Formats: sequence, C-alpha cells, structure tokens
Amino acid sequence: MTSTTSAPTGRQTAPRRPARRPRRPLRFRLSRIAAWAVLALLLAGTLLPFYWILRTAFSTNSALFTGDQSVLPPEPTWVNFRRVLGLASPEEVRAAGGSGAELQFWLYLRNSVVFATLVTVGQVACCAMAAYAFARLHWRGRDAVFYLFLSTLMVPPIFLLIPNFVLLSEVGLLDTFVGLVAPYFFMTPFMVFFLRQFFLGMSSELEDAARMDGAGHPRIFLRICVPVMAAPLSTAAILSYVSAWNEFMWPLVAGSDPSVRVLTVGLSAFRSGQPQAAPDWTGLMAATVLGALPVILLFLAMGRRIVDSIRFTGLK
Amino acid sequence: MSEHSERTRPRYGGASRWRRAQWSAGMSERWQRVRHHPGAVAAMFLLPAGFGFVVFYLWPTIRALWMSFTDYNLLRGSGDWVGLQNYQDLVADPLFWHSMRVTALYVVLNIGVQTALALAMAVMMDRLTRSALVRGVLVLPWLIPQVVVGLLWLWMLDPRLGVVNHVLDWVGIGGQDFLGSPAQVIPTLAGVNTWRFVGYTALLIFAGLQMIPRHLYEAAALDGAGEWRTFWRVTLPLLRPVLALVLVLSVVGSFQVFDLVQVATGGIGGQPGGPANSSLVIYVYIFRHAFNFNNAGYAAAMSAVLAVLLAAVTFFIMRGLRGSRSDLA
Repeated sequence: MTSTTSAPTGRQTAPRRPARRPRRPLRFRLSRIAAWAVLALLLAGTLLPFYWILRTAFSTNSALFTGDQSVLPPEPTWVNFRRVLGLASPEEVRAAGGSGAELQFWLYLRNSVVFATLVTVGQVACCAMAAYAFARLHWRGRDAVFYLFLSTLMVPPIFLLIPNFVLLSEVGLLDTFVGLVAPYFFMTPFMVFFLRQFFLGMSSELEDAARMDGAGHPRIFLRICVPVMAAPLSTAAILSYVSAWNEFMWPLVAGSDPSVRVLTVGLSAFRSGQPQAAPDWTGLMAATVLGALPVILLFLAMGRRIVDSIRFTGLK
Repeated sequence: MSEHSERTRPRYGGASRWRRAQWSAGMSERWQRVRHHPGAVAAMFLLPAGFGFVVFYLWPTIRALWMSFTDYNLLRGSGDWVGLQNYQDLVADPLFWHSMRVTALYVVLNIGVQTALALAMAVMMDRLTRSALVRGVLVLPWLIPQVVVGLLWLWMLDPRLGVVNHVLDWVGIGGQDFLGSPAQVIPTLAGVNTWRFVGYTALLIFAGLQMIPRHLYEAAALDGAGEWRTFWRVTLPLLRPVLALVLVLSVVGSFQVFDLVQVATGGIGGQPGGPANSSLVIYVYIFRHAFNFNNAGYAAAMSAVLAVLLAAVTFFIMRGLRGSRSDLA
C-alpha cells in the first residue's frame, strides 16, 4: 500500500508546488484577507452579546442607570451572583436595588435539571429501541409505520399543546414532573429519525455473528448495538438535553406551579413581574449567565460532537 | 461487501430458524415462535415509543381536530359541537389576518437575511477554515434558550440604557425605539432571530458544501471560471437539495416563533405581542385565545389552519427547488 500510493504523490507534488505559486496573485491574497476580516467580524458579532451579559452581570444597577457604557464593568462586583444564589445579606440586597428573591433560582435550577434529565433518559432509551425496530428488524408494514411516526414532524407543537394540556388536566398530572416530562419522555419524531439514520448505517457483521451464537434481539440490542452506537447515542443525549433545557411553551402551561417551574419559565416571569419599578437588569443578567451555564459547560466539553451532529439533522 | 452481508443476513427463515430450533429444543416450540416472530419482536421494541406516539401525538392530533369543531373551553373542560363556526369566525376575524400578515413579514425578513448571510458564511468557511472552534462559536447562540436570547436583546436594545442605542448615538444615527416601536418591532425580532440561527444554518449549508466533489471546482478553475462564476454555476446548483431542506427547516421554524415574542415584546409588564398588537405573531395569538380568553376551540381551528399552511409551504419549497433530487447522483 505504501509503495504504490506514496510514489505517485511524491512525483506529483514535487513539480507542482513551485508552479502553483505564481498563479496566486496579490488580488487573491487580498480577497482572502478580506474574507477572513468578514469572518472575524461575524464571530465578534456572535460573541459580543455574550460579553455584554457578563459585563452587565458584574455591574451594579446604580452604575447602569447613570448610563455608563464603558467596555469594562464600571464597579465590578459579585453581588448579583450572590443575590441570585441567595447568598447575599439583606443589606447588600437592598443596596443593590432588588432582592432577586422572587426568582427562586435554586428551586428552578433543580426543576430544570430534573426535567431535562428525565426527558433525556427516557427519550434516548425509547427512541433507540424504536430506531432498532425501524432499522434492524424486518417486519411487515415497517416503512408505513415509520413514515406515520415521521409525519408528526409536520404537526406544529401548538396544535398538540392544547389537547395535551387537556389530557394532563383530566388525569390530574398538571404541575407534576410526571406530566411535564411525559410528552417528551417516550419519543420525539426527530429523535427516532435521527437515531434510525445511525442504526441503518451499522454494519450487520457483528449482529450476524451474535445471532449465530444464539443471541436474541434484546441481547443483540443491549450488548452489540448500544456499545457500537455509543457515540451517536451520546450525541442524541446531548441534543435532547439541550432542547429540554431550552423548552419554554410546554412548561409555561403545564408547569406554572413554583414547585415544578423550570428556569426558562422563571426567567420569563421576571419581565412581567415588575410593572412600574425600574427593572433589575443586573440581577437578571446574572441569573441568565447561571441559567445558560450548564448548556455552555456541556458545549465546552462536547462542542465538537454537537457541531458534527448538525450535519445529520436533515441532510441524509 | 454487499453481497456478503446479503448472504449472511438471515431473514427469519431457512437456516437460522433451523439452527435456533435445534439449540432451543428444551423450550416450548410455541413460545419460541412467538418470541422470534418478527412482528412480535418489533412490537416489543416499539412499545414505549409507540405508546408515546399514540398518546401524545396521534390521539392529540385527532382530538385537536375535533376541538376545532367545538366551542371547547379549558375552564369547563368540555365543549359542544358547533360545526364550521370556528372556521367561519376565523375568516371574519381581522386580528387573525393581521397576525398572519405580521408572521409572514417576520418570516420573509428573517429567512431572507438569514439564508443569504448563512450561505455567504458557509462558502467562506469552506474556503478558509475547517476549524471546529470557529464553527463552535457560530453555533453558540443556537444552544442558548430562546428566553435568554429574548431577555438579552431586550436589555441591549433598551431605548434609554441599552448599549445598541449608545453605539448608534455615538456613530451619529441617533437612538431608535426598536422593540417599543410598532414599525420596528418585527424587523428587530427578525434580526434577533437571525443572530440566533444564522450560525446553525451556516453549518447545515457548510455540511452540504462538503459533499460537493473537489474535482468540480478544479475543473471550473481550469476552464478559467472565476470565484463568482464558479459559485453561481457549480456551487449553487449542486447545493440545491441542501438549500431546499434548510429552507424548509428554517421557514417552518420561523413561522412558529413564540418564546422570543413572548419574552421580548410588550415592554416591562406589558402584554406580549405589543406595542398595540404590532408583533402579534400567529403563535402568540393562538396561545392568547387558548389560555387567556378560554377559546380553546377557536385556538384549535387556527392551529389546524396553520398546520395545513405549513404543510403547503413545505410542499412548494421542495417542489420549487426540486429538493428531493440531486444533480450529483
């Protein structure tokens, strides 16, 4: 292998390199620099708002209301984070111009974690099983059932919101975690589709070998497919965690009670919560930073996997 | 390879069935047949997802359709059949048409700017860098909750204290009302949503660009085609199926904007959809009827119309761009 491939490439690159240089004129290099400049500008435009959240979160409200717009926070302080986390003393809170207590951060954070975790566990497990049935088993009507599942992708969520709300109120599960999680727990059409793509691409050799050894389908699924599919399954888990964390409309109607209220709903209540008073921007931005932090940490740890997964969301 | 797997994959008959029957001689023959019947195995694997599908997708779809023909009320928890009344009301409801127009304007502004910008970004990335860091940064706004995005921009666009107006003042354009102005609120929301989704869209298109064989670009360059010409004659035609999919995803998503409007409009303490209904997108209007006015039947009728509209939009985009067929094949 080495002898056959390296010889011709060596022959090709040697004369080409010097020949190529004169074909890249100054104009080409300038346009490349210009393109980089545009890209850098776009990256800055993406990141600057994030910086502004941080800058606000480290400022004091009184400094904000003087209209100071310096790049660094005028009087850097941790008080907003302490306030949101309930660690600040009452005097500090009064001085900072808002209690931040109406945002029960720890409670909502716990609720968000419970909600997103339950959704992720259920969704990935159930959808992986369904994907196995759609991709690795042969049975009559398989494709028809799959397209029936897939067709619900076209149903707008608000169409399902009202009947699902009614259903949960009939069985008395509104404002409970069970009710909040249930519509996402068993499947989403996207997740079934996403995982099926990967199960379709799996080589059947291991599966055949296991079947030769007498393994049944449950064992093939658990001992072969799940380990082989570990990477796509964890990508699926990240995607479903992030989207559950960001969910807003359903928790707004089905989980308005503080005992199950998630962070997105809690943060949105801030806006309608204080009609006359000057809004507590610094406290809100501190809460926002803390609320987005889990997702950002997940992203820092698994960023490449999320980025790579995007190509599978629709293009195959 | 394919021949090999075809040969060794047993299709629940023949040799493997025989072998299994030999090994499991101790078990009852009947149980074996049930356990290994392809339909039974599939049913077992589909049980949880199928339950969720029937209870939370299929049944609600039927029920919402039924509700749209009743005067269903969420407080009462029941409704009486009213026939086509809701649909007749909808046709005669000026606010429904207003919200459709508002939504359409939002979609056109958002998708127009976002798609063009994303395409440019994807082509630039394709030429300049494969860096995962660059892609990661671009996709970051997509990962943040829409609620957070809304609050962030509500603050940055605050007419008095927001940093954007400060910069505009400094440049000499002067402060704008943005989310507080009936004329500016929809373009502003479209801009915010573009900020959130443009990187994600660019990555989808970027993934499509990667599938175009490099030798086509080399052939175009040998024929003396410049960058501009190559883009229009090679890149864009071959990207068509990907663009169709991206358009479907982003148009359908954009029609359903809710979180952002709910959080960022109406000012502090105001009614979402404001000022004066100028940002009353269809989702907010439906939501208002279902949960604030207790007209769940009417809300269901409006969502049914929306569902049909979205299906039609998808169909026309896929057909118009011949999205299911690639020139590469």
